[in-house]
Amino acid sequence: MWEYSDKVREHFFNPRNSGPLEEANGIGDVGSIQCGDALRLMLKVDPETEIIEDAHFQTFGCGSAIASSSALTEMVKGKTLDQALEISNQNIADFLDGLPPEKMHCSVMGREALQAAIANYRGEVWNDDHEEGALICKCFAIDAVMIEDVVKANDLHTVEEVTFYTKAGGGCASCHEGIEEILAKVKAARPGSGETSPPVACPATPEAPKPPSAKLTLVQKIKKIEEILESVRPMLQRDHGDVELADVQGKKIFVHLKGACSGCMMEAATLGGIQQKMIEALGELVQVLPSSHMPAEV
Amino acid sequence: MEPIYLDNNATTRCDPAVVEAMLPFFTEHFGNASSIHAFGSEVGKALKKARSQVQALLGAEHDSEIIFNSCGTESDSTAILSAIKAQPERNTVITTVVEHPAILTLCEWLEKEGYIVHKLKVDKKGRLDMDEYKSLLNDRVAIVSVMWANNETGTIFPVEEMAELASAKGIMFHTDAVQAVGKIPIDLKNTKIDMLSLSGHKLHAPKGIGVLYLRRGCRFRPLLRGGHQERGRRAGTENSASIVGLGKACELAMEHMAEENTSVKALRDKLEKGLLSQITHCFATGDVSNRLPNTCNIAFEYIEGEAILLLLNKMGIAGSSGSACTSGSLEPSHVMRAMGIPYTAAHGTIRFSLSRYNTEAEVDRVIAAVPPIIAQLRKLSPYWTDKGPAANPEAAFAPTYA
Repeated sequence: MWEYSDKVREHFFNPRNSGPLEEANGIGDVGSIQCGDALRLMLKVDPETEIIEDAHFQTFGCGSAIASSSALTEMVKGKTLDQALEISNQNIADFLDGLPPEKMHCSVMGREALQAAIANYRGEVWNDDHEEGALICKCFAIDAVMIEDVVKANDLHTVEEVTFYTKAGGGCASCHEGIEEILAKVKAARPGSGETSPPVACPATPEAPKPPSAKLTLVQKIKKIEEILESVRPMLQRDHGDVELADVQGKKIFVHLKGACSGCMMEAATLGGIQQKMIEALGELVQVLPSSHMPAEV
Repeated sequence: MEPIYLDNNATTRCDPAVVEAMLPFFTEHFGNASSIHAFGSEVGKALKKARSQVQALLGAEHDSEIIFNSCGTESDSTAILSAIKAQPERNTVITTVVEHPAILTLCEWLEKEGYIVHKLKVDKKGRLDMDEYKSLLNDRVAIVSVMWANNETGTIFPVEEMAELASAKGIMFHTDAVQAVGKIPIDLKNTKIDMLSLSGHKLHAPKGIGVLYLRRGCRFRPLLRGGHQERGRRAGTENSASIVGLGKACELAMEHMAEENTSVKALRDKLEKGLLSQITHCFATGDVSNRLPNTCNIAFEYIEGEAILLLLNKMGIAGSSGSACTSGSLEPSHVMRAMGIPYTAAHGTIRFSLSRYNTEAEVDRVIAAVPPIIAQLRKLSPYWTDKGPAANPEAAFAPTYA
């Protein structure tokens, strides 16, 4: 459960001005059902004075969304439209003695609803710059579209720069990876970057071996295998164990584990380590198995 | 008024008998189980007993198949990473879209590392398509990892059958059974399951103790390397008090298994029926005919889950929600989305998960408390009118930029 201030709890448990407002002449609908927050702010504005005489809300959302909506209606009543437009989302949060950083977007939604309702009253079309991008920075409610736009417009290159320009990433830092991905995407798309794909290439297969320059003959392959085994033997011998090649059957390499390595509880780890070296050196996926796994002779 | 705890899929209270069993291992039996002296050997014996208690609950063939570790997440990570490290010629993992983040987050990372992850889809009741599953089994698959029961809906997956199919193709099979262990009978020796994760705090043992069951003969790579503890398969000094507690909890779980499936289930059913019959526009999610006996997850339409939880909390009732705002995410529960639950309902899901400590009087209190809470929040919702939901809720409320 979030750590809400007493005032947030008070406005959530006893919301002011909830429900439809029949005499409303300015209505702002913001939010989206996908995001789980939606707010309808209804204003009754005196046309003579442009003073907000009454304000109601309906909110689909969490505790802080409902509390922010309630707080907003209290804050705007008695103000002129121009005065109301000066209310920032931080003012809403401050009115509630603060919101958890992750919940600041609730106050942003309140601010947007206010702008939308006033625009509606004035007969204007309200356009916000919120384009439903994925929310990257939850502390400051900054989405991917905004970050990408700022990165492009200001030729930003680092997370720190993004934080300076947008605040995104300046809180808990959990979004730094997401910001880095946006930076990489913008960088790749820059003209003349020469990069047509993401900068960090992902291997198609795990620990994908490098292809050998030419296909090895069976004799060459066995020689290579012997070389690798020779390279690991001193390490095993130090622990009073040893290894030697038993057979090669296609992609299966059978080895005798000797001395302390035979029956050791770390046998699987030993074989795994050898197998990794084999894959890297041979440039193909092979299995290293104990000689006890060799098929019985017919 | 006594608080009511209905969030047992998140964590359970320690059974007093578990606490009692653990206490001497903080004081008089404080030795290191790896030590050769009497202080250590005494603890070693207790660990051996705990191992056999866990073995018995899981129906494992050998007690050496039980590896103690820190939690279910560690078990899950160990199982999957071991399988792909041990079989570098295989690069594919099969799992489901409704797994716990312990699996999904790891799989996302694996995808970034270049592995292929197939996530099996679910239908509207949260059930898997077995034909899709069968079609994906091939010699590139390193491991199949499917939860035994879903933590949100309680829906039980046919893991025994899935393990048979995987085994027939030479593929390792792991199940995250943290929600299932102790609630439904498990007999691993008669299955083809290679690895299983369990977590102590889901069955009345303490937090910070888990188990990876590893079938004898399975190829394995430890996650933690170091000392020789747990036969070299999980280095690190054993959390002896918690292991003893887990052993006791497993013993108690066996004793209470029948109760879990009768009286706990009856309480769950009474709660669910009581709520669904009184409240309109709500429904139980998941495969209600095949789920854990203690779990019900109800979607209350047109309102949001965290708001419900706050009001429930004020009444002294603890449940949980898969709603976005409880997790700080914008998206509602991935499980609800995977089942295609509409947004108007997915945001308002509340999970009630019971235990043997719950009583009928508590259930009666919850049945009385919830309907007014739902009504109160619906009055605030722009998707709700005096006469019920708006005719076309999503269209009725059309935000400027939606």
